[in-house]
Amino acid sequence: MQIETMLTAVDWAVVVIMLPLAGGIACFLWPVMSKQLGLITVTGIALSVAGLGWRIMEHGAYRHAVGGWGAPLGIDLFADGLSLCMLIMITTVGLGISFYASSYFESRRAVWFWPIWLFLLAALNALFLSADIFNLYVTLELTGLAAVALTALTGRIDALNGAMRYLLAMLLGSLTYLLGVALLYHDAGSVDIATLAQRIEPNATVWTALGLMSAGLALKTALFPLNFWLPPAHASAPAPVSALLSALVVKASFYILLRLWLEIFGSFADNAALLLGLLGATAILWGSLQALCQTRIKLLVAYSTVAQIGYLFLAYPLASGSNDMIWSVAVYLAFSHALAKSAMFLATGNLIQFGGHDRITDLDRAVQRLPLTVAAFALAGVSIMGLPPSSGFTGKWLLLETAVTQERWDLALVIIAGGVLAAGYVFKVLGYAFTQAEKPHDAKTVSASMEWTAFLLAAGAILLGFMAPEILTLIRLDIAVNIDGKAV
Amino acid sequence: MNHALLYALVGVGLFLLGFYALIIHAHLLRKILALNIMGSGVFLVLVALAKRTHDAYPDPVPHAMVITGIVIAVSATALMLVLLLKIFAKTGQAALSDRHKK
Repeated sequence: MQIETMLTAVDWAVVVIMLPLAGGIACFLWPVMSKQLGLITVTGIALSVAGLGWRIMEHGAYRHAVGGWGAPLGIDLFADGLSLCMLIMITTVGLGISFYASSYFESRRAVWFWPIWLFLLAALNALFLSADIFNLYVTLELTGLAAVALTALTGRIDALNGAMRYLLAMLLGSLTYLLGVALLYHDAGSVDIATLAQRIEPNATVWTALGLMSAGLALKTALFPLNFWLPPAHASAPAPVSALLSALVVKASFYILLRLWLEIFGSFADNAALLLGLLGATAILWGSLQALCQTRIKLLVAYSTVAQIGYLFLAYPLASGSNDMIWSVAVYLAFSHALAKSAMFLATGNLIQFGGHDRITDLDRAVQRLPLTVAAFALAGVSIMGLPPSSGFTGKWLLLETAVTQERWDLALVIIAGGVLAAGYVFKVLGYAFTQAEKPHDAKTVSASMEWTAFLLAAGAILLGFMAPEILTLIRLDIAVNIDGKAV
Repeated sequence: MNHALLYALVGVGLFLLGFYALIIHAHLLRKILALNIMGSGVFLVLVALAKRTHDAYPDPVPHAMVITGIVIAVSATALMLVLLLKIFAKTGQAALSDRHKK
């Protein structure tokens, strides 16, 4: 009982944000210990998210007014099943990437990696706990700045170019979003999402705001055709950074768009939803075809991200009508993609460290010499392709089922075609991993912990497939709690 | 036409001008300036729309937002300038090289 009172007394949402912030500053102050400090902080965050999860499960969605100032003047933190699901995604993948990074970076780079990575975590956690659209803008900017700094970590010219392009795109996206925020505030006199949801009536101002915010967020999520910045940035960053950019950072802007749609725009913006779905479908086909054409693994995996993001946007047209379930499926797919894609990038990092390059045709019997890494890549590939029993299969199957029930044959066809194309580019890599290259390469060793983290994340993507009912109810937690007081 | 609307329209004009310059110029310093002008445009819209009621005093909340926005714009500009200097030191030109290295 006493423990329970203690768990309820702590404001876990505040801890989840403050802990990485404090940890990041500590890493700056004591660079010699940054690796240990970083790992301790990330573990601490995982425990706090567990605490927050316990609280939401027991007492339902909760709102915390920072410093005792409530809305409209103060900043509110808000956590429901959707936020909790995103936080669990960040923590699970973040833990894996942190362990990988602790053996990946030599001490000179690690000094910079850890503080910026912890700041990025603080920004992401704050983003998923924000209750108002202006606070979302601030946290989105913080996320972007930290992500750009991490991209440029190696200091090589392609990384600098990628980071610069990334930063320009990020700022353009967030300024466009901010203009939309200004218009919504003008129309409704509030930035609080819950208040906006009650006050918004479709009119010219709201439609302009909807267009601006969606365009800005689509640019930040790299939705086709606004994906020009993603491949160079994600392919030039160091492996753990590529993993967290692809797995976590693009999900942040996706989450904001989803939240806006769920609470504010969803009730009237059917045409806009149709457009987003159309772009998503194009992204699946175009991204997959681009991935097939690549000669380097990292670019291939980056273009695969462009394609997989497309799947998340298919939920928009399918949700018209009162189909709540489809949003849960989109979030579930985002979770699944985060696990699989981080595993893929980390496995690619191992291959690069092993052979010193990432040319697909020169993989040179990697399967014999790095079996665990290739297994990780293959397992992650299974989830990306959507083969059973992976989580990718469950998510895409539910999408396909909804598309067929609503007689959206075009979308159903795209979902299937995307899976076939994904199989094409995953097997392209795996095929060369079995064959011998023309010239033999000398190989460096890859530490066991790096191989195992990649493998465990990939295994997580498969295991998530067995946990689909739990995750899908978790996302709908707030709705369920409101109806009958306990989770369904 | 009242003053607030005029200022808001000027803000939108600045936003579009900045957007045009961001697309059209290859020089990175011009791109950075363009983004700053776009930012100023958004801030001007926010400040202007603060006078949404007919009271004597404008709504203070958007002003607080603009101050936060300016802080973010300063940090982002600093990061852009550092990246620009690094790129210039490596390549000798202040532009993005469009071809990815194969």
